[in-house]
Amino acid sequence: MTAKTLYQKLLDSHTVARLDEQNILLYADLHLMNEYTSPQAFSGLNDKGLPVPLPGQNVAVVSHIIPTHSVKNRIIADPASALQASNLKRNCDMHGIPLFDTNDPLQGIEHVVSPEHGMIRPGMVVICGDSHTTTYGALGALGFGIGTSEVEHVLATQTLVYRLAGNMRIDVDGQLPIGCTAKDLILMIIRHIGAQGARGYVIEFCGTAISALSIEARFTLCNMAVEAGARGALIAPDQRAMDYVLQRATDISTDMREQALAHWHTLFSDDDAVFEITHHFDAGEVAPYVTWGISPDQAISIEELIPAGNHHDHSQTDAGSYAAQALDYTGLTAGTSLLGTPIQHVFIGSCTNARIEDLREVAQIVRQRHVADGVRAMVVPGSGAVRQQAEAEGIAQILIDAGFEWRQPGCSMCLAMNDDVLGFGQRCASTTNRNFEGRQGRGAITHLMSPAMAAAAAITGVITDVRKLDQPENFHA
Amino acid sequence: MPEHHVISGVAAPIPQPNLDTDQIMPKQFLRGIDKKGLDQGLLYDMRFDQQGQRIDHFVLNRSEYANANILVGGANFGCGSSREHAVWGLSQFGIQAVIASSFAEIFYSNAMNNRLLLVVLSENEVKNILADVKHPQTAHVAIDLVSMTVQSHTVRASFKLHERHRRMFLEKLDLVEATLTRKPQIDDFVAQYHQRYPWQADVAGKTIARLRG
Repeated sequence: MTAKTLYQKLLDSHTVARLDEQNILLYADLHLMNEYTSPQAFSGLNDKGLPVPLPGQNVAVVSHIIPTHSVKNRIIADPASALQASNLKRNCDMHGIPLFDTNDPLQGIEHVVSPEHGMIRPGMVVICGDSHTTTYGALGALGFGIGTSEVEHVLATQTLVYRLAGNMRIDVDGQLPIGCTAKDLILMIIRHIGAQGARGYVIEFCGTAISALSIEARFTLCNMAVEAGARGALIAPDQRAMDYVLQRATDISTDMREQALAHWHTLFSDDDAVFEITHHFDAGEVAPYVTWGISPDQAISIEELIPAGNHHDHSQTDAGSYAAQALDYTGLTAGTSLLGTPIQHVFIGSCTNARIEDLREVAQIVRQRHVADGVRAMVVPGSGAVRQQAEAEGIAQILIDAGFEWRQPGCSMCLAMNDDVLGFGQRCASTTNRNFEGRQGRGAITHLMSPAMAAAAAITGVITDVRKLDQPENFHA
Repeated sequence: MPEHHVISGVAAPIPQPNLDTDQIMPKQFLRGIDKKGLDQGLLYDMRFDQQGQRIDHFVLNRSEYANANILVGGANFGCGSSREHAVWGLSQFGIQAVIASSFAEIFYSNAMNNRLLLVVLSENEVKNILADVKHPQTAHVAIDLVSMTVQSHTVRASFKLHERHRRMFLEKLDLVEATLTRKPQIDDFVAQYHQRYPWQADVAGKTIARLRG
């Protein structure tokens, strides 16, 4: 038998038909939807009178437009956004699709809600009209984002006409230093391979440093693979991943459990499997990473100075002109340090970093400290379940006492589709995934970083090396 | 020969690499439940200032490029968010094709599904075409889907398009319709698949039933 990568194994088990040498008809175990990339797909379906044949393989969450004010009964004030939410409910009701609606106590960000209730399982194909669906590789599931036309295709057929990707392997050995997280690691990787370094490939993350990561840290890593252009990200499921799923997927009965585990244990790349590209990284070289520009690959370790250009600049633009455009937007100067740069806003949230471990990390740093004067700091938990857990653990109170706003779950200021929008020129220390121009508000400047680094910035009011905050105990998980 | 086999007209240069879909279609234009009015939002922050006034020097606001139907872009065009609104907006604005050295993957599929033609050329070819089209008098470009060539003032370049995408473009191949002809095959697949992996069947339905008690 020919040796196969994990990616190829997942494709094989989900291929309904080979359409041509480049495309297959791929079955999706789970299709996730949100309120803003699905309405036109449902309209297309409804106009043609097409049913959803497998509604129980689909789930929807109100996540992007929802306000996150700390009120119990949430009301979407913007009429257009309110219509998106009510339209989603109407469509889900019509087709029998499960929905986490606006005031569902378990509502949250789609990529936080679905794994925390055991819906994501090793060996699955998970598709969603959202680019950060790569997150699910953390559990050995092939996840990827699609557009609305394809959402319609999946709704109508539970399959997708899928263009095959290549195999890329990223080995990470060594040990993450104290004060460094999966967020720093992925920013370092993206910086080195570039914003299109994995374009056309599914990445498999391997190595001892990956095995050492918690499942939540793996979510963070796989989540941002798309910022390097990846079609997907995978980590072969190990005992930790299988335990994570079995603890949550309690509908898997005892006798089915053996069968499932037997299958999950086959989900790895064979020894002789061929990867077209392999990269190696040493986790020991990771330091806290922060972006300085307008693309996630414009990141440096906090110990470095802002560069005048970067090696991913493309020939049709002058070597430094894209970097110059970035620096002009972010108001920074090449050759200087990011340390000490004043910030006006801190945002802890998003499908990248709004899970319980992220909030614990923030709480540990801000305990008995206070958000700096003139800084507005927000925590938007990833889901209702995360919020409840943080309250039960006392984390919420620590954050509130430190001067953070403790808000309701949603995508919030990661993409600023709701009313959590930054003003022109405001600079934000953000645990999110994209520092694009205008992403968090027109003219607003985003510095991507880990929750620990964002917490340190909140306390000091400037970009700070969290390792030098004089923390009595180490917070490294 | 289908009438769509040649796209020709004024091409506008937007050479920035990593032109993400947040910039192509900003957040405030994503709140609809239909596809209407997205031409208004296209590249909004580049076309209009904070007060909503036109930024005269931006290429698409210059009279010489007012009728542009082709864009020549930088590498990794369309990266970021999966929002198909970016493609709908380009089409509604009158853009029929984009030329670049690379396109982000989700954007590529979205474009093909809407018959927005994406032409991938080498970095050098794109650089030379950009040099042509930045002068209005040499900004005419023709893309021929039969000979599979791009012709600008000084560049003649060949490009490739997968046969499936070529058919989607020329024959308006509807993928949902095409896949539905395989419905019996899909049904068979699903039945066998769920027999083999029963814990994946009705995964969302069972989860929600469990959570709702």
